[in-house]
Amino acid sequence: MDNIAIELRGIDKSFGPVHANKNINLKVRKGTIHGIIGENGAGKSTLMSILYGFYQADSGEIIVDGRPITIRDPNAAISAGIGMVHQHFMLVENFTVLENVMLGAEDSQILNKGIAKARQELKRLEKEYALEVNPDALIEELPVGLQQRVEILKALYRKADILILDEPTGVLTPAEADHLFRILGQLKAQGKTIILITHKLREIMAITDEVSVMRRGEMVATRTTGETSVEELAELMVGRRVLLRVQKGEGTPGDVKLSVQGLTVKDSRGVTMVDDVTFDVRAGEIVGIAGVAGNGQSELLEAIAGIRKATTGTVLLNGESVDVTGHRDPAALRARGLAHVPEDRHHVGLVLKFEESENAILGYHNDPRYLNGVFLNIDAIRKDAEEKIAKYDIRPPNARLKTANFSGGNQQKIVLAREMERGPDVLIIGQPTRGVDVGAIEFIHKRIIEMRDQGKAVLLVSVELDEIRALSDRILVMFAGRVVGERSPDATEGELGLLMAGVEGRKEAAE
Amino acid sequence: MDFFHVLVVLLESTIRVSVPLVFAALAGLFTERAGVFDIGLEGKMLGAAFAAGAAAAVTQSVWIGLIAAILISVLLSLVHGYASITQRGNQIVSGVAINFIVAGSTVILGEAWFRQGGRTPALAEGARFQIVNFPGADAAREVPILGPIYADLLSGHFLLTYLAFAMVPISWWILYRMRFGLRLRAVGENPGAVDTAGISVIWLRYRAVICCGILCGFAGAYLSLAMTAGFVKGMTAGKGYIALAALIFAKWRPKNVMLACLLFGFLDALAIRLQGTPLPLVGQVPVQLMQALPYILTVILLAGFIGKAIPPKAGGVPYVKER
Amino acid sequence: MSTPYAKLPGWVEYGLVPLINLAVAFIVAGLVVLLVGENPFEAAYHLINGAFGRGEYIGFTLYYATTFIFTGLAVAVAFHCGLFNIGGEGQAYVGGIGVALACLWLDQTMPWYVVFPIAIVGSAFFGALWAFLPGWLQAKRGSHIVITTIMFNFIASSLMVYLLTRVLKPLGSMAPQTRTFAEGGQLPKLDWLLSIFGLNIGTAPFNISFLLALVAAFAVWVLIWRTKLGYEMRTMGHSPSAARYAGIRESRITVIAMMISGGLAGMMALNPIMGEQFRMQLDFVQGAGFVGIAVALMGRSHPGGIIPAAILFGVLYQGGAEIAFEMPSISRDMIVIIQGLVILFAGALENMFRPAITRVFAMRGQRAAAVVQTKGA
Repeated sequence: MDNIAIELRGIDKSFGPVHANKNINLKVRKGTIHGIIGENGAGKSTLMSILYGFYQADSGEIIVDGRPITIRDPNAAISAGIGMVHQHFMLVENFTVLENVMLGAEDSQILNKGIAKARQELKRLEKEYALEVNPDALIEELPVGLQQRVEILKALYRKADILILDEPTGVLTPAEADHLFRILGQLKAQGKTIILITHKLREIMAITDEVSVMRRGEMVATRTTGETSVEELAELMVGRRVLLRVQKGEGTPGDVKLSVQGLTVKDSRGVTMVDDVTFDVRAGEIVGIAGVAGNGQSELLEAIAGIRKATTGTVLLNGESVDVTGHRDPAALRARGLAHVPEDRHHVGLVLKFEESENAILGYHNDPRYLNGVFLNIDAIRKDAEEKIAKYDIRPPNARLKTANFSGGNQQKIVLAREMERGPDVLIIGQPTRGVDVGAIEFIHKRIIEMRDQGKAVLLVSVELDEIRALSDRILVMFAGRVVGERSPDATEGELGLLMAGVEGRKEAAE
Repeated sequence: MDFFHVLVVLLESTIRVSVPLVFAALAGLFTERAGVFDIGLEGKMLGAAFAAGAAAAVTQSVWIGLIAAILISVLLSLVHGYASITQRGNQIVSGVAINFIVAGSTVILGEAWFRQGGRTPALAEGARFQIVNFPGADAAREVPILGPIYADLLSGHFLLTYLAFAMVPISWWILYRMRFGLRLRAVGENPGAVDTAGISVIWLRYRAVICCGILCGFAGAYLSLAMTAGFVKGMTAGKGYIALAALIFAKWRPKNVMLACLLFGFLDALAIRLQGTPLPLVGQVPVQLMQALPYILTVILLAGFIGKAIPPKAGGVPYVKER
Repeated sequence: MSTPYAKLPGWVEYGLVPLINLAVAFIVAGLVVLLVGENPFEAAYHLINGAFGRGEYIGFTLYYATTFIFTGLAVAVAFHCGLFNIGGEGQAYVGGIGVALACLWLDQTMPWYVVFPIAIVGSAFFGALWAFLPGWLQAKRGSHIVITTIMFNFIASSLMVYLLTRVLKPLGSMAPQTRTFAEGGQLPKLDWLLSIFGLNIGTAPFNISFLLALVAAFAVWVLIWRTKLGYEMRTMGHSPSAARYAGIRESRITVIAMMISGGLAGMMALNPIMGEQFRMQLDFVQGAGFVGIAVALMGRSHPGGIIPAAILFGVLYQGGAEIAFEMPSISRDMIVIIQGLVILFAGALENMFRPAITRVFAMRGQRAAAVVQTKGA
């Protein structure tokens, strides 16, 4: 078996009570693209960090090229011929491409000699792998796709034979992703071994030779890509499909509650994140926004919620206009009947160091019923929190416990209880079940549908296509900041997938 | 020629008061570019000045004094490093602590060892730095314009003065032309990039902190072995903070650091010079205004009214590996 | 910032850990005493005796503590909002203007109980004013508050020298200070408070501003944990992004928090100016603004911790004077060292002993945990 580039035997790793990797065995053949797929939190990144020397496994063996080795730090990984392209690029933004490539592999104490050599080597690599990039460009001035290319060049410059890519397409446009896949194909043809970590089935099917599936810290299966199917992999990834079939009757859409017209949002660098988006959400319907992460959904939600400034466009809430381009006031929006469950509960939706009851009023702390003049009405706040704890079955049922001590699902319930129990007219929800345990997912989905049945207008953003399909009455697909199509939830996954990839959308927009 | 003479005198004292600022600000440059903020420059400089004064007084050797200054200053740097790099403590708090510890100990130890009211004994000639006179300086003084410039501005300073100004291009060269500098600047911007490149973030930052200590050692030694013949309690008198202000004012760049230090030094020299003399148009300028001017200018710069000072991105943040 | 440390019981977190840190600071200080060639235990004896040995000493201890309560609260309020105000020194200094103006204006015509409230408002106003600019610059221009407040300390120092040498100094006087206030500008001593405990206040300047400090401590507790403003400040301090989400106006809260902080620092000026010297002189703050940092760190930014921490520093200041008297080689600068050591060990190195402490408690809790685990599995 000398065609094995890398083998893992019995890798085990715990972080305190979290068992991130359980007895992982894996063989990756030389000169292949090996996919590792699993949901968020399945333990993929931990495993690769062990391989790259960021963490030490508690037990287990790593065998590279037939030799067992210990990888104590990234240095050891690099000398074993392992290179890694991180999900968040490890680049120095105000350095040039050349400086970034050289960093850590400068050859000599004085840079000048090294620079000339590096420039030459870079040129050679560019040619060999068709990875053109201007070596003197500053990283911060390069588009994301090129920045990633620099990361790949860094690994190749260090003579990596095994290249690990951690969720490489999360930040790429489909065109950039296609280009990346072509590059990976080329690298494979040159004899490099590639490990591709992703949670996107489509990528696995498109490019890998073999695929291993991780679920909750375990390696559950390895398949030859040609002999498996999306359905099989999906089942392996998720195990029991709990969330898919939610009991849901027909909706009875009423008046338009939320109307978004020509909304455009640019980020601080002036890049257009949301591009002229228009849609309505009616009372008693759930409108789902599908799309690959990073296609403007987050910015859209934040702009509607009044956290982020929009460049142009109008938003009508209950038929009345909201100032989205000038003075933003999330507190006033709440008072007007808009509730917002943010995508990131740890940093946005909750203050983890607060007691549960303090988080139960976050954003509603101006409400007179929680106040005595300028003072907080602690009794009222706690009583209110306890009612919500009971109603949403938040565990442990202790309004005075620090929020950080609740599980992900219970934390999400704290946010949902706060936002839903106010009787809002419009509810906007981002990633309602990210990092939430299975039991809580079902509960959360039921509550969202109940909200609809009570006649609320619900706008739902999720990167989980299954979730969007299960909950929505109408699905809008966002791609590169634009709404590229609207579908009914009966649309096939393939159809939606094409829209999300920007393939169908371009045609539709052109027509 | 009277104005010219005044100007030369003024510039000469500008150079004299700028030296510790240049050393200290360059010291700050090294740590802060590596992502460790340091408001303990004042303390390190003071500790070094005391060590230099004490050691030189005891051994009657200026060089042992200098070495003692550097050792103490590096030691203090390592305390700051331990707190902010290893223990991941708050870097501001650590700097404040060091400033206090030094301010107190220099007096206590000085009094215990020398019993001269917090001073170290006045140093004899061999135990302090001597002025370096360029060849023919005295003769050249008579030559109009160029003479005084040569004799009083270029010649007639301490060895450490020349070293301070030489340190500016040297620091630049280290930071921009050496592997160490490349890595140091990288770790101040994105320690993750350095870590994944197989370089130890901790060791790199410690080395930066040690560089800072060495330079602060020179700054302190200059105060007690060159500018004054011995240590006087509290002799840094806020120079560490002015150096910090100069560093920010210079936007963390070596050449600008020198210019900022010269500017602040000039203001200081001018303040002393102008005491009680009215200026044309504005009348008498309170000396306190002149003294406060470096701080006021730095505040205005920080507010972004004259350019924008963007600190190293990872500055002040302890490095924790991402999970 | 996630803490990589396991949760400890409350009494360990707020009691034992600070105490261990404090103890280490004192052990190191003891080593300095040894280095000077004196006996640390003798120094400790003089410290305690000098701080508590007589009613008069206690009066001095509490007089210093009064000052540190104000500056400690000032730092703590800003901490809760995520701001590091190291400008307490300058704010207290400038706050003195408010006290001096009130006294110079009214001392000859009004009794102290009329002048005092005006001086309180004045000191808080000027202190707040001096904190307003750094706060505003942080909120609107993004200038780092630590750097601006350092700069403002120096600017305050220059400003006050100017005022005391040129403006507030009485004609013909050489000393850079205001004239001595008449009776209306002098606060009554709290001799009656000490006499309840059978103590004689002697010459100690322990005065009514101590009660004001206690009121301020209670008010800060109410502000932080019982008002909407405090809730908003804490939200910002813990998570600026959550504050934005909640519709909290960050710039407004930043400026307000800094002004409250500066106001508290400014009120410190009442104690030395109206309570002891009866005039404003150069450098009357004497580093109290910086002691506030140590006090706030020691007291974990909670008024319930700040008061004992302030008293501790009062002990150091008063007892330190006694040490200096009894043991001439240990001057009052010893206090500055201890202060620095406390800041170092209770602040920058606060987590140094935590892994060991956590391990001890983990071992203790292991049996219980094992039971839970088997049940859970």
